[in-house]
Amino acid sequence: VPVSVICSPPQNYPLYIRSVPTENELKFHYTVHTSLDVVDEKISAMGKALVDQRELYLGLLYPTEDYKVYGYVTNSKVKFVMVVDSSNTALRDNEIRSMFRKLHNSYTDIMCNPFYNPGDCIHSRAFDNMVNSMMMQVC
Amino acid sequence: MEGLTLSEAEQRYYCDLFSYCDTESTKKVASNGRVLELFRAAQLPNDVVMQIMELCGATRLGYFGRSQFYIALKLVAVAQSGLPLRVESLNTVKDLPLPRFVVSKNEQESRHTALYSSDADNPASYSGVIPPPPGRIQVKKGSVSHDAVQQRTSTDQQESTSPVVSPQQSPPTSPHTWRKHNRHPSGGNNERPLAGPGPFWAPFSEAQPGSSTSSDPIWSGHSPPPHQENWVSFADTPPTSALLAMHPASVQDQTTVRTVASATTTNEIRRQSSSYDDPWKITDEQRQYYVNQFKTIQPDLNGFIPGSAAKEFFTKSKLPILELSHIWELSDFDKDGALTLDEFCAAFHLVVARKNGYDLPEKLPESLMPKLIDLEDSTEVGEQTGEVGYSSSPAEAPPSKSPSMPSLNQTWPELNQSSEQWETFSERSSSSQTLTQFDSNIAPADPDTAIVHPVPIRMTPSKIHMQEMELKRTGSDHANPTSPLLVKPPDLPEENKMSSSVKFTAGNTVNGYSSSDSYTSDPEQIGSTVTRQRSHSGTSPDNTAPPPPPPRPHPSHSRSSSLDMNRSFSVTPGQQQAGVVAYPPAVPPRPQPSQGAGPHVHRPVDAEGLIAHTSTSPQQIPEQPNFADFSQFEAFAVSGVNKEEDDEIETHSEVLQVEKPSDSASSLRVAKADGRVEDKAPANVPTSAGKGTTPLAPPPKPIRRRLKSEDELKPEAEEHTQKTGVIAAVLASQPSIPRSVGKDKKAIQASIRRNKETNTVLARLNSELQQQLKDVLEERISLEVQLEQLRPFSHL
Repeated sequence: VPVSVICSPPQNYPLYIRSVPTENELKFHYTVHTSLDVVDEKISAMGKALVDQRELYLGLLYPTEDYKVYGYVTNSKVKFVMVVDSSNTALRDNEIRSMFRKLHNSYTDIMCNPFYNPGDCIHSRAFDNMVNSMMMQVC
Repeated sequence: MEGLTLSEAEQRYYCDLFSYCDTESTKKVASNGRVLELFRAAQLPNDVVMQIMELCGATRLGYFGRSQFYIALKLVAVAQSGLPLRVESLNTVKDLPLPRFVVSKNEQESRHTALYSSDADNPASYSGVIPPPPGRIQVKKGSVSHDAVQQRTSTDQQESTSPVVSPQQSPPTSPHTWRKHNRHPSGGNNERPLAGPGPFWAPFSEAQPGSSTSSDPIWSGHSPPPHQENWVSFADTPPTSALLAMHPASVQDQTTVRTVASATTTNEIRRQSSSYDDPWKITDEQRQYYVNQFKTIQPDLNGFIPGSAAKEFFTKSKLPILELSHIWELSDFDKDGALTLDEFCAAFHLVVARKNGYDLPEKLPESLMPKLIDLEDSTEVGEQTGEVGYSSSPAEAPPSKSPSMPSLNQTWPELNQSSEQWETFSERSSSSQTLTQFDSNIAPADPDTAIVHPVPIRMTPSKIHMQEMELKRTGSDHANPTSPLLVKPPDLPEENKMSSSVKFTAGNTVNGYSSSDSYTSDPEQIGSTVTRQRSHSGTSPDNTAPPPPPPRPHPSHSRSSSLDMNRSFSVTPGQQQAGVVAYPPAVPPRPQPSQGAGPHVHRPVDAEGLIAHTSTSPQQIPEQPNFADFSQFEAFAVSGVNKEEDDEIETHSEVLQVEKPSDSASSLRVAKADGRVEDKAPANVPTSAGKGTTPLAPPPKPIRRRLKSEDELKPEAEEHTQKTGVIAAVLASQPSIPRSVGKDKKAIQASIRRNKETNTVLARLNSELQQQLKDVLEERISLEVQLEQLRPFSHL
């Protein structure tokens, strides 16, 4: 059960956060926030080398007993963090990658919108729908 | 409460009424004005109303809960049909007509009342005040039966779109509801002083004198300023056509009345409405106005409006940014940050609709989707035909709609099936939509031109292009590209017009994508081709050929000593060639069996390598009978060392797996070349033992390599066309080789010296470059540190 998706710009405040099971949401928020540190660490460790598609996907950030956290960073240093349930073993790496890719695509669509100011919270309905459908798909 | 069974139409009707009365959204309706109004509108005697209220239990509870409300409504219906009010009658009376509510507020309603009453004789007709929850009215109205439309047409010549509801249908909308709807504009548009928007609004209102005059009296009761009324009236034209509101001002929509195909069952009633009576259809005047507005921003009708200009323009409409953002998302079909004419018209239309109180749809209505089909190559022609078709749409709207409707309706259910595939499906429907309805938005140009796309597609319909965009995005996902495309082509034949071109483009797309995929997977492809080539060569009996190694990204490596290394390493067949550079091969069985005496084309490479060898390279392998063959190439090798080595490398791409630092590789290569030369040198000289010792101080690698390459090359000789040149040269020199053995030795040594010098020079250069690189990296690091210090918050 992908429980939470968050994207945050380099300043590390969330532009968008969504959890599917709404109970215990705060715990996931916390997890996501702490995992931002891990993302940062991975990015800096990777060096300032050019980012290509492979490096955008950071993979499993760290697993805990209940869930796994995956990270993804865009070219503009916007981080996507996804927390999924560990019990969902059917969720393969490729699927996570494709989910991140979809997120990235939707995010670029939002960016194309001239009415969206970068840095605003994301209120796009299309984005919401995409995220919901994605999470429902995995649930 | 007694159980209450309501038919579907009743359910909907009651729900709407309840929502209307439920002004505070508390799910219970106090006996406030609305409810009383409603009951008074039922035109029942007061005592009947009191009886009803008692029966439904509202007097007990003091308020109308939802169930009470429903019961009350049902009782109203019962009473109106003249049946005695009984609790039992709630469920026993079948086919009860829907309760009628006639509102008499002002002249409008009186007019409407007249309209309603004119239909009173029609037992099957209902007029009802359906206060819609804001934003749903158009949907509801859309779901009204279409025969209602036709019946109304007869009864009210002015109101061709007045709906007549069959008993089982939800009641028609009415101008009253429309007015109410306008009163609850979602998003608070009402407060927006339309009188003061940009100048562009004003001309528009002036352009609609006819409709405005007719609509003004209707809307006079409204608080909105006149401009808004004009807008309302103007915008009414498309919605009312779908809404089928009994609106006197909807005369002009008479032509847009359509026969209704059975609405598909979808959750989104909007879809239903659009399936037969498109509320989002753009009329001619609207279209013309939009086009004119487009011209003010972008004179070229085939060009784009950049995002910033569009943002300014639409901000003038004073809609909230969030809604404008949503409108943009809906209308920017190709997601390129710019608006084509079609997209602009769609966006403008949505803005207009929004200002008039319509809720924004979740997905772009089909009639607003930009036509991306370029049936003709020239955009002007397309536009002209589109215009012609568009202008003639009113006349042929009804007939054109019906044939297209079924196909559209069929697509709708699929549309809802998978949200992920909504793009594909909707594009398909849009294409079918555009195919049969020329009154939809015109696609003057291919809006896809703005999209940077590896595969240029002008002829593809929108869906194809969208797919390509999707595919392009999922670039590395090779599995995806083909599947949706493959899904598409089967569907395409359904569309009459575009079938051939679509298929063609789809095919192109597929091909394009496969090529792009192959492009992205270049290394693999190269490897595969290389392996294929090798396998070809390997088909010939090559017992010593090792398995094709992983692909080498630089097959044309000129001075790749890795080739040498590989060859040297590939001592025996099957021995791994994975670029282990420093792998000290074991002593190879020097006498490779398959070393034939034929002219070894590849040998020239070896020969040159050998020639380049120092005489000091140890040669472990004793003379071989086949060496004699190579001696022929020695003379050659001197001259064409580099070239042949290149050829050798290219041909033996399989051996070129290993990538090594150039200097070490080159040195090794030279060494190997020496070894090889030495190997061959003894071959030249029949004194095998003597020659065997002289060559190749370097490890037996070169020897082995030569051996292997010999083995491999021999079988491959015929198949490597690249070596033709070398072969020819070799062959030409062959006769002369035996004669110049002595000279060869000297030449070999000379070349060895030269190569050594070159090698040292290169090594020096390399070290200098490394040093420079280190310095630059240090500088960079220091700069980055400075940057980090200067940047206050970001830590990336």
